[in-house]
Amino acid sequence: MGKHLFLGDEAIAQAAIDAGLSGVYAYPGTPSTEITEYIQNATEAKEKNIRSKWCVNEKTAMEAALGMCYAGKRALCCMKHVGLNVAADCFMNAAMSGVHGGLIIVTADDPSMHSSQNEQDNRVLGNFAMIPMLEPSCQQEAYDMVYNGFELSEKTGYPLLLRITTRMAHSRATVETRRKKEQNRLSFPQDGKQRFILLPGIARQRFKALLKAQETFTRESEVSPYNVYFDAPDKRLGIITTGIAFNYLSENYPEGFEHPVLKIGQYPLPRKPIERLANACGEILVLEEGFPVVEEQLKGFLGRGLILHGRLDQTLPRDGELTPDSVGRALGKSIVAYYDVPEIVKQRPPALCAGCGHRDVYEALNEVLKSYPDTAKVFSDIGCYTLGALPPFHSIESCIDMGASITMAKGAAEAGVFPAICVIGDSTFTHSGMTGLLDCVNEQTPVTIIISDNETTAMTGGQNSAGTGRLESICRGLGVAEEHVRVMIPLKKNYEEMKGILREEIAYKGVSVVIPRRACIQTLKRKHPVRK
Amino acid sequence: MKTDLILAGVGGQGILTIAAIIGQAALLEGLYMKQAEVHGMSQRGGDVQSNLRLSDRPIASDLIPRGQAELILALEPMESLRYLPFLKQDGWVVTHSQPYLNIPNYPAPEQVNEELRKLPRTVALDVEKIAKDLGSAQVANTVMLGAATPFLGIGYHRIENGVERIFRGKGEAIVRLNLQALRAGADAAQAHRNP
Ligand SMILES: Cc1ncc(C[n+]2csc(CCOP(=O)(O)OP(=O)(O)O)c2C)c(N)n1
Repeated sequence: MGKHLFLGDEAIAQAAIDAGLSGVYAYPGTPSTEITEYIQNATEAKEKNIRSKWCVNEKTAMEAALGMCYAGKRALCCMKHVGLNVAADCFMNAAMSGVHGGLIIVTADDPSMHSSQNEQDNRVLGNFAMIPMLEPSCQQEAYDMVYNGFELSEKTGYPLLLRITTRMAHSRATVETRRKKEQNRLSFPQDGKQRFILLPGIARQRFKALLKAQETFTRESEVSPYNVYFDAPDKRLGIITTGIAFNYLSENYPEGFEHPVLKIGQYPLPRKPIERLANACGEILVLEEGFPVVEEQLKGFLGRGLILHGRLDQTLPRDGELTPDSVGRALGKSIVAYYDVPEIVKQRPPALCAGCGHRDVYEALNEVLKSYPDTAKVFSDIGCYTLGALPPFHSIESCIDMGASITMAKGAAEAGVFPAICVIGDSTFTHSGMTGLLDCVNEQTPVTIIISDNETTAMTGGQNSAGTGRLESICRGLGVAEEHVRVMIPLKKNYEEMKGILREEIAYKGVSVVIPRRACIQTLKRKHPVRK
Repeated sequence: MKTDLILAGVGGQGILTIAAIIGQAALLEGLYMKQAEVHGMSQRGGDVQSNLRLSDRPIASDLIPRGQAELILALEPMESLRYLPFLKQDGWVVTHSQPYLNIPNYPAPEQVNEELRKLPRTVALDVEKIAKDLGSAQVANTVMLGAATPFLGIGYHRIENGVERIFRGKGEAIVRLNLQALRAGADAAQAHRNP
C-alpha cells in the first residue's frame, strides 16, 4: 500500500499483482507493452512465481490465459488493439465458455495512430463478444478496475475486457495501491465439460446462457462505482462521457459542470442513468475516445429517438483522438489566443538507426532489383524494417498486418508477379509468418522470403524474439529445402556476397528463405552499455 | 500553483529522464502531476514530446490545452517551435541552441533563431558545450533542466532532490556531477534570459 507515480500501464500491472495474479500472457505492442514488462521486472512477481514471459502471438497468449483460468487461477492477457484481431477466435469463444478463475483481457487502443496501422475501437469487439467491459478515466481508476475486476470476472463467470487508449497507457499520475490479495489455488470448474467443450449442442446452451447473462452484466453496470451521474442546473444539454473523455470535459469546466453529466466506465451501458439523463435533458452530447460506439448504440436504446451530438453529426471529428480543445469546441467554448507553428518547421519522421542491419538489407536488395525494373514487388510487414518505405530506400510496397508479407507475396506470385519478394522481421515471422510459409512450401510458390533477423523485437523496445537461434531449423522443418535457406551477415563489406545470394534465390523457381542476421544495435547497447 | 510544460526533442535524446526528475520533485513537493509520454514508433529519431502538468489542485486532462503552457523545454531548437500552439502568449521557451540534423530539409539555423527571437520570452543555450566544460557531454540534459528551473514553479532545492533520487543508483560521483550540471544550467539561464 502507498502512493506511486505510475503510467496507466504500470497501474494495471501493479493492480493485477496486488489482486493475486498468477500469470500474465502477452505479445508486445504499443501502447500495451509496459504492462507485461512491469510484471517481468517486479521482484514481487518473481517471489510469487507469476508467469510472465512473452508469448509467440496474441492468440497463443489468450488461449494460455484461458487455460490458466480454467484451472482456477487469475490471469491477465494484454495486447495492442490489432492484437485482438489475431486473438479474436479465442476471444469470441471464451465468451461462450466463460471462465473459472478471473480473466482480464486488456486492449490498448491507439486512436490517432501514434504507432499503429489503424485506429479500431475494440469496444466494438467487446460488444460483439457480449462480455462486460471497463474503460478507466484515470490511472487510479485503471488500478481499481483491475484490482476489483478479477472478482467481477469470477462472480459473473465471464472474462472482462479492459479498454484503455494511448493517453491512459502512457500517461503518469499518482496511484494509491491497496492491500495484497492471495493468489487463487488450483481448482476446476464443476460444470467444466458443459462449458468448455463447445460442441454445437453445448454451444447452443452456452449462447443462451450468455444472452441471459446480459441482464446480470447490465445490473452490474447500474451499480458500478465507475458509472456516475452528476446533476447540474442547465438541462438544455446532457453529456455522456466514456473513459478519458471525462477528463477533457472536466478541463473545460474547472468550476464545475453546467450540464448534467453521465460518466461511463463500465459496460454494457447502464440503462437507468441513461434514461434519467434522456428524460431530464433536451439533447445529448456524447464524448468518447475512438469510434462513435455509444453514440450509435443510443439511437434506439430507449426505444425512442434522442437528439444526439457527437462524432456522427460532426460536432466532434469522426477520426483521431479527442483533445481538451476539440471537446472545448464541441461545447462552444471560446478559443484562447495561440501561436501558429512557424512554416520553417519541417516534419521529422522516424528512421532506421545509423548502423542498423535492416539498412544493409535494403541497400543490397535495391541494387539487385535494379535488374528487374517495374516487375519486382517487395511485400513487407510490421516492424522497424517497415521504415524501408521511407527515403532513401523506398524499397517496399506493403505493410498490412503481421505476417501478411509472406502470404501477399505468395498471392502476387500466383497472379504472375516476378520476382515476388517478402521482407519480414524475425519476431513477425514467428508471430504469424510460419503458417504462411507452410502454404508456400505446399505449393512450391516461387517467392523469395527475406527474414531480416535482428534477434529481437526491436520496434516495441527490444523484447525477446520467440525464434531466436532457430529460424533455419524452423524453415527447414516447415519444408524449405536445405540449400535454399541462406544466412548472411548484413554489413557493407558483405554487399557482393549478399547480392549474389539474393540473385541466386530470386532465380530459383521455388520457396527460398534468405536470413540476413545481425543483432539490433539498440538492443545490444542496452545489454552491454558503453561505460564512459 | 499550476505549471504546464511541454518537453520536446528528438527520439533518443532523453526527454523522459528530465520528465522523471521533475516528476520526483513534484511528488516531494506534494503537487498533483500528470505526464503524458510518447513511446513506440516515434522514438526512432522522430520528433518526441511529453506533456507535463503540475498543480496544487487535481488535474483533469493528461493533455495540455492549446495556448496554456507556461513553458516549452526543448533539447532541439526546431523542436521547440513545433509545439508553439500550446504555449501561453507570455510563456517561456527554454531550448538547446544546437540543431539535431537527421533530415535533409532542416531549415537554415538563422531562420530558426529568427523565429525564436520573435517570441517574447526565450532562453537558448548550448547545453552540450556547458556539459563538456563540466567534463561530461552526458549531463547535457541535466544542464537543460537546470536552465528551466527558474520557470518551473517548484523550488530549486526540490529539483535537486529529484536529481538525487533519479541518479542515486549510479553512485555518489554521478549525483554530484549532475547537481553541478543543474547549477550550471540555472546560472547560464539567468545570464542569457531574454528578457
Ligand atoms: C497483431 C500485432 N501485434 C503487435 C504489433 C506491434 N508490433 C509492431 S512491430 C512489432 C515487432 C516486430 O518485430 P520484428 O518482426 O522482429 O521486427 P524488428 O522491429 O525487430 O525489426 C510489434 C510487436 C502489431 N503491429 N500487430
